[in-house]
Amino acid sequence: MTDSAAAQQSSRRRFVNWLLGTSVGATLAATVYPVFRFVIPPPVAEAPVNRVLAARLSELPPNSGKVFRFGARPGIIVRTATGEVRAFAATCTHLNCTVQYRPDFQHIWCACHNGHYDLQGKNIEGPPPRPLETFRVDLAGDDVYVTRGA
Amino acid sequence: MDVARRLWQALDERLQLRPLIEFAAHKEVPQHRHSWAYYFGGLTLFFLGVQIVTGILLLLYYRPTAEAAFESVQFIVTRVPFGWLVRSIHSWSANLMVLAAVVHMLSVFLLGSYAKPRELTWWSGLALLGVALGFGFSGYLLPWNELSFFATRIGTDMVSKVPLIGHWLLTFLRGGEEVTGATLTRFFGLHVAVLPMITAALVGLHLGLIQRQGMHVPGHLAEEARRRRPLRFIPNFVLRESIVWLAGLAALAALAAFLPWELGVKADPFASAPAGIKPEWYFLFMFETLKLLPAHVLGIEGELVGLGVFTLAGAAWFLIPVLDRGAAIGRRSRVVLVAGLAALAAVVLITALSLAGVLS
Repeated sequence: MTDSAAAQQSSRRRFVNWLLGTSVGATLAATVYPVFRFVIPPPVAEAPVNRVLAARLSELPPNSGKVFRFGARPGIIVRTATGEVRAFAATCTHLNCTVQYRPDFQHIWCACHNGHYDLQGKNIEGPPPRPLETFRVDLAGDDVYVTRGA
Repeated sequence: MDVARRLWQALDERLQLRPLIEFAAHKEVPQHRHSWAYYFGGLTLFFLGVQIVTGILLLLYYRPTAEAAFESVQFIVTRVPFGWLVRSIHSWSANLMVLAAVVHMLSVFLLGSYAKPRELTWWSGLALLGVALGFGFSGYLLPWNELSFFATRIGTDMVSKVPLIGHWLLTFLRGGEEVTGATLTRFFGLHVAVLPMITAALVGLHLGLIQRQGMHVPGHLAEEARRRRPLRFIPNFVLRESIVWLAGLAALAALAAFLPWELGVKADPFASAPAGIKPEWYFLFMFETLKLLPAHVLGIEGELVGLGVFTLAGAAWFLIPVLDRGAAIGRRSRVVLVAGLAALAAVVLITALSLAGVLS
């Protein structure tokens, strides 16, 4: 075989290898990409909830709290010992647990990692790094309405 | 007898099985004062077998939806004959399997058996432990009770802290933004299909490597192992391992019968996390550390620091065969040994204090 014939064959072989390599790559990409997309669920269209009837004032004695449903997430409504009503997001800023009101502490507490928040929702002790989101509270007779974006 | 012999001959003729039998007949296990360490891998395998059998049984009644999961497990433990026992064995055996795997791993670490040429065995073993923890984490949610619900919220939230792909991982694991029935269905799929498949492949690789390379004898025990007569694998070692398995079965049966695994209260996504919430014992050191860390460390959120340290420690543990290359020629790194023992002591101490209720 002459040098030019050998070089031609080598270049053909390189071309076939390149063609095979890219075909395999393309086949893999065409298989993996749909799987990759499939495992992430599509966003579910939810009507944004900005205001809910969270509780009845009569069911909230002073120094108590109640977790309520605020759209897809929990919120917490607190009636302080002095009778004031406040509301916050109930998701702990540490690792996503749902907080509760502790009458013995007279403030908000997270059972998962012992996080403490004061009655302004501010993180005061334990691992939570940020305050709880605060909601606006409106009283209409016995009804307690909570509005996001206070 | 004649039928069995003829069947064997037919199979041997077609599959050339004789070399395998020869290999098994000549296989030996070295004997020295730390030979006890050779039994824990097998014990882990025994508990894995129990998990497969009881898991398949539970599948006959379990329903993986948020509406029906708790009730179906309740049905299993209250109405199905021996259902309480099967479920209790599955839960206890899962814990004993992790315990046996951890003891096995620690014995490998202490005897320096991770060194070249056994790096792949160490890595496949660690991967198996990771899969076992994945089984534990996904299986914990399946009864859909209060504790498991919040454990999953916390665990998946931790995953979301991974840089760049954290949110993608969170959505992938939860099947959405929150822990819902979609999460339960995903965890079920992982628990009964994906993880078992990975386990089968990894166990095959792990056992294959051990067969190929034989049992490791630490350098300082080599002389003793040469002096003592090795144990024949068949029947001596197999019989001794059977005794260990029997002891494992006895412990499992006693725990499952006298301390039946509790079902707890059905998960309510809009209820507060209950006081006294704790994860399984093998995640306790992580849980307590995250509880003890302050909100910020050097300006960085405490949990990010904690998770970062755990990740680095895990990576270092994984890379031990690379970090301690001298172990292959009998010169173990003191730094690696002391750091490993210190980490182990810290984990054991925190876990013990947590179990004793000192940290709550």
